[in-house]
Amino acid sequence: MSGESWKEIPIGGVIEKAGNSKEYKTGSWRSNRPIHVPDKCIHCMICWIVCPDCAVKAKDGNFSHFDYDYCKGCGNCAARCPKDAIVMKTELEAQKEDEK
Amino acid sequence: MNLKELSKQEERLESGHRLCPGCALPMIARQLLHSLHGEPVVVGCATGCLEVSTTIYPYTAWKTPWIHNAFENVAATMSGAETAYRVLQKRGKIPKDKKIKFLAIGGDGGTYDIGLQSLSGTLERGHNLVYVCMDNEAYQNTGIQRSSSTPFAAATNTSPVGKIKKGKEQFKKDLTAVIAGHHIPYVAQASPHNWVDLMKKAEKAFAVEGPAFINTISPCVPGWGYKSDQTQEMARLAVDTCFWPLFEIENDVWKLNYNPGDKKEPIINWCKHQARFRHLLKPENKELLDKFQAHVDERWEWVKKQCGK
Ligand code: SF4
Ligand code: SF4
Repeated sequence: MSGESWKEIPIGGVIEKAGNSKEYKTGSWRSNRPIHVPDKCIHCMICWIVCPDCAVKAKDGNFSHFDYDYCKGCGNCAARCPKDAIVMKTELEAQKEDEK
Repeated sequence: MNLKELSKQEERLESGHRLCPGCALPMIARQLLHSLHGEPVVVGCATGCLEVSTTIYPYTAWKTPWIHNAFENVAATMSGAETAYRVLQKRGKIPKDKKIKFLAIGGDGGTYDIGLQSLSGTLERGHNLVYVCMDNEAYQNTGIQRSSSTPFAAATNTSPVGKIKKGKEQFKKDLTAVIAGHHIPYVAQASPHNWVDLMKKAEKAFAVEGPAFINTISPCVPGWGYKSDQTQEMARLAVDTCFWPLFEIENDVWKLNYNPGDKKEPIINWCKHQARFRHLLKPENKELLDKFQAHVDERWEWVKKQCGK
């Protein structure tokens, strides 16, 4: 949206693109990162329903992945997982492991 | 309520909104939207955390038609939208068989306090819409000021704890009972930690002809002062301490949906995780804690009595 002049702003402040908040990535807010442990996961999708940020992605009714572009690292998915299949790591720790 | 099946549905509240990490509001909003199973819905939000943080210009997280007007009038605004739909349908501008649902959402500020009058009018006129209050128990969005929904003894920036005053001096308003007094087809209380119950209630609310109201408890990380991963747990404890009973009122018949029975927990189990109640842990404030507990017990007995228990 940046770079538009006021003349191009829709009348009434209407936002014409539904769901365009996706252009704003909130993943940088995160200081803790959820890590999925596939061996333990029973694909109950509890993490999916509790995530406030739609950052648990499902595929065909199963856990697929975390969307780290938006995950704010709140930890509710890990707190509610019945199988301890989500481990919270500090972002620093996780980034160090990424580099390895 | 099969989560695996639900997870195949489209998300209608997108990522990228700016609610705090661990906020309960989008948890509740997602449950409401998923309970519609893709049916068209028009959403209106009163001024509040959810409204502000999901629609920071020029962005919106909503993939539904969505409207914000002001703090006090989401119910009036949505009753207008619902009336326009009915009239356009009558005039043949919207096909007769096209069903559209209307959902109004307010926080406790917009519902218990500022928007109560317009909500009452909407219910009395009998509009076919669902009103959901997401109750985070203070004006959290403007910096944690007390509302009529803030619990007894809770510290907020306008009910602080000091030498003389110890948090809010009044008890929480029983809004759900006030709404029940309108004798509308459906009224319920729900919590996001029990999504099966919440979504069943949402399905019922959307199905009835006429107004429906659901009051939901919405734990707030910065306002209540707990760790961000404990949102679900704070909602559970609100229910298991019987501070927030789960019940529904269908055509004036009260029904208790959950009774912890012997597992009812003391209110301190909920309070001890929250900074707003920190002072209640001090021995010199035991009297306050006892008063809070007695009030919770009294309200719980009253709800059970309404439900014929
Ligand atoms: S809550 Fe745990 S077990 Fe269930 S789908 Fe998520 S990671 Fe898997
Ligand atoms: S940590 Fe929070 S935001 Fe990230 S996936 Fe889990 S519930 Fe969602």
